Amino acid sequence: MSLTYIWTIIAALGIGTYLIRFSFLGLIGGKNLPDWVLRHLRYTAVAVLPGLVAPLVLWPSATDGAIDPPRLTAALVTLGIGILTRNVIAAILCGGVTLFAMIWAMGAY
Amino acid sequence: MSGAIAKSYYWAGFRAGAPFLLVTVPFGLLFGVVATEAGLTSLQTMAFSSVVFAGASQFAALQLMIEDAPILIVIATALAVNLRMAMYSASLAVWLGDAPLWQRALIAYANVDQSYAVSINQYEDKPDLTLTQRVAFFWGAVTPVCPMWVLATGLGIWVGDAIPDWMALDFAVPICFLAIIAPMMRTLAHVLAALVSIVLALVLAGLPYNLGLLGAALVAMMVGAQVEVWTTRKAAS
Repeated sequence: MSLTYIWTIIAALGIGTYLIRFSFLGLIGGKNLPDWVLRHLRYTAVAVLPGLVAPLVLWPSATDGAIDPPRLTAALVTLGIGILTRNVIAAILCGGVTLFAMIWAMGAY
Repeated sequence: MSGAIAKSYYWAGFRAGAPFLLVTVPFGLLFGVVATEAGLTSLQTMAFSSVVFAGASQFAALQLMIEDAPILIVIATALAVNLRMAMYSASLAVWLGDAPLWQRALIAYANVDQSYAVSINQYEDKPDLTLTQRVAFFWGAVTPVCPMWVLATGLGIWVGDAIPDWMALDFAVPICFLAIIAPMMRTLAHVLAALVSIVLALVLAGLPYNLGLLGAALVAMMVGAQVEVWTTRKAAS
């Protein structure tokens, strides 16, 4: 990674993210936003993040992309606990414990 | 008099925001660790957390940077993660739109998931609050979370090398993301959008320039919006 690459990304993301946050609050006012725009915006997070995580779960870099039962199970446990409890901390803890327990049980240590 | 009342709303916001430290601190720490491991200097990592100031998009950008994705793809994908904040901005504008421009400019910077969520809850619960009280509450909610995000990143840079391999830290990022995604599955539309995002991201993984994720996200967003139209229409009929 070159210096220009890193700093350009930091600067562009900083400015872009700020402009997104400032947009309606700063310039336009919230009432005029058409329904269909708001409707799409509601699904942005849920449209990007699962797609970002899926390859990391199925093809983890730690195993050079081979499916890894401990990591896959830990991911499913995290997701399941998260959906059931809606508690982020509980989901992270259960996922982490599952990961360590499975790695240990499969004798990787 | 009004100063004292504003102060009590500041502390009400503070108490509402404080529990989010449990997520913010480990997540910020993890960013410091992962960014350092990826080869970013301390200065670059700290700049990332304080200038961009949006955890999920920072991890998304970092992941693509590790994969050597083209600059425009990194920027477009990470900004797509942050597009939801346009919605936050629009719904806060209804309640805070009359504040002076310099205050709105500052509020915009600190408009993160957590401060938005607790503030909008408060405003909708108590629509009679004055503008001063609303602004005080917002800054109260921001105070525990926002500075700690940057400090936790610094801590992550500092402890980074001390974390042993057996801790399987490579998988901390996916686990954190999954834990954040899970509570978002509120409606059928959210679930279907997430499924489309997963399937398309995997199918399109081979596309050049890491375009797959961006394409998957666009389609998933439209699916979510369309399913919402169908389900509300069905509920109405």
